Amino acid sequence: MKQIIIDVRDVVTAFGEHLIHDHINCTVRENEIYALLGGSGSGKSTLMREMILLERPQSGTIHVLGHDLSKLTPLEAAGLRRSWGVLFQSGALYSSLTVGENIALLYNEYTNLSPKLIEELIRLKINLVGLPPHAKHLYPSQLSGGMIKRAALARALALDPKLLFLDEPTSGLDPLSSRQFDALIQQLRDLLGLTIIMVTHDLDTIHHIVDRFTLLGEKKAIAEGSLEEVLAIEHPIIDYFFQKGSYGITC
Amino acid sequence: MQSAISASLIITEEASRTLIGCSGAWTIEHLFSVTHQLETLQPHTYVLWDLSGISDIDSSGVALWQLSNRRFEEKGCICETIGEQKEHSHLFRLLYAKALQEAPLPKSPSWLYQIGKETHRSILGIGNFLSFLGEAFVLLFYTLKHPSLIRYRSIGAHIVETGTRALPIIAISAFLIGVVVAYQSVVQLQKFGADIFIVDMIGISLTRELAPLITAIVVAGRSGSAFTAQIGAMKMTQEIDAMKTMGFDPFTFLVWPRVFALMIVMPLLIFFADMVGIFGGMVIAQAHSHLSFTEFIHRLQGALALKHYLIGIIKGPFFAFLIAFVSTYRGFQVSMNTESIGRYTTKSVVNAIFLVIACDALFSILLTELKL
Repeated sequence: MKQIIIDVRDVVTAFGEHLIHDHINCTVRENEIYALLGGSGSGKSTLMREMILLERPQSGTIHVLGHDLSKLTPLEAAGLRRSWGVLFQSGALYSSLTVGENIALLYNEYTNLSPKLIEELIRLKINLVGLPPHAKHLYPSQLSGGMIKRAALARALALDPKLLFLDEPTSGLDPLSSRQFDALIQQLRDLLGLTIIMVTHDLDTIHHIVDRFTLLGEKKAIAEGSLEEVLAIEHPIIDYFFQKGSYGITC
Repeated sequence: MQSAISASLIITEEASRTLIGCSGAWTIEHLFSVTHQLETLQPHTYVLWDLSGISDIDSSGVALWQLSNRRFEEKGCICETIGEQKEHSHLFRLLYAKALQEAPLPKSPSWLYQIGKETHRSILGIGNFLSFLGEAFVLLFYTLKHPSLIRYRSIGAHIVETGTRALPIIAISAFLIGVVVAYQSVVQLQKFGADIFIVDMIGISLTRELAPLITAIVVAGRSGSAFTAQIGAMKMTQEIDAMKTMGFDPFTFLVWPRVFALMIVMPLLIFFADMVGIFGGMVIAQAHSHLSFTEFIHRLQGALALKHYLIGIIKGPFFAFLIAFVSTYRGFQVSMNTESIGRYTTKSVVNAIFLVIACDALFSILLTELKL
């Protein structure tokens, strides 16, 4: 059995009167590509934000890399934040810095590597995510949507995290770029041994690269498992989400 | 995966051969000491890397190894590697799948070119502003021909926002200006025993110059910046494009209501600032020269000719026009990145205040020549 990286137990989230999660459970194991699925407003992004310490659940526990998120000291929280990379939906690159500076920021703040080595690392990361070398000098406003996603991925990978969070990595990309991005994510998982958690709507991504997922709906985690396992379950939301019986995926 | 053993090097020199034995965790947090060692190393002609002792490696470790290796090769050394583990070669193949290419900084053009470019841009800027004004006026005449198109409700909302809500800050600013002017003049006038002229001093300087100017500056900072940010945000979220496609003209919907509202509100605000400013002067005059409020007002009726007051009020719509037009124009210039909202808001306030002062100077010259 692989090591458990993220363990979500009985999480309840509410914004004011509005209940989002009603006792949700899910488990992410090492070296997995794990997806959080669900319709709009089902709280999948909120669940991810709770995992990366941007929101707090009302009750329940979340363990990430063995730490209970509700009982972190500031020092542990800082350490934990350095051990993951996050790719936000819109990239969230700092618009006043070039792509190279966006990546360099992390090295300059958190390491004492020499400038030459940092330079080499920036070029490596830019190369790794498939950006052209001159992209280093461009500002986020000069990049296309696909390039922004790639640059943001390069920044998320800067400190060689073992854990990568992706918020809708392929939204806004054309189908070909989406598949390339999927292939890149899969390659990173295989070669760097990453554990990847993503929020996605893209059925092709789910079909091709996701190992296991949780489907959220009606404030609950409806099903967890691989595509085959989940498709075997009879549930109206599963049927609807995967468009079973119509033109969607069949097993 | 985490290893506590920091990265280390054992360098053995044998005749023409340098053996570099690497061990420990070559990961980003453990790499510091090795970096320095490798950068100062002057090897012999043959370099042999022994990687067998490395317990853990990440991309920074691989990068350091490759970077040093390249440096040695550039010096004419022959480099070889032994003891490579599967993990190293995987990572190496992933990171160096494509040869790294130099990406030189784009050359910055010569200063002459930059001066030319900036000049051209400024001239274009003036042209753009004029065409903005032109388009606005074409639409104004069109709207006046079809009065049903006038957005009364929007004008009203902007009057509340830019007028009523601005009263407290204008009251404080005007009161303090009155106090300051009174204080400064009382000290000088007392030397000549001419305390009573403080009334003339305050009455004329406030109503004619200071109240309009201070009101305009406060409004430019408060409402001008808001106009730019509002329109800029709408531009960024493509709301303006949406309006255009639905046939709602941005000039009739966004620009003119703001301009009209500010032009209506500004004279009223100036009148308010006159009152509060003079009151500030009165308070100081009573405290310092024992000039009672009744005496002050009695004297004011004689000292303050109507024309000074009217000149101050008339400046209002002119200042309002400049502030509203510059700030809405700057709002439309905002482009698709977050930084530009801040940049254009700053520009809008700076331009508006400059234009207000320039316009005030023009009024002074004109009115002096007209002997008013």
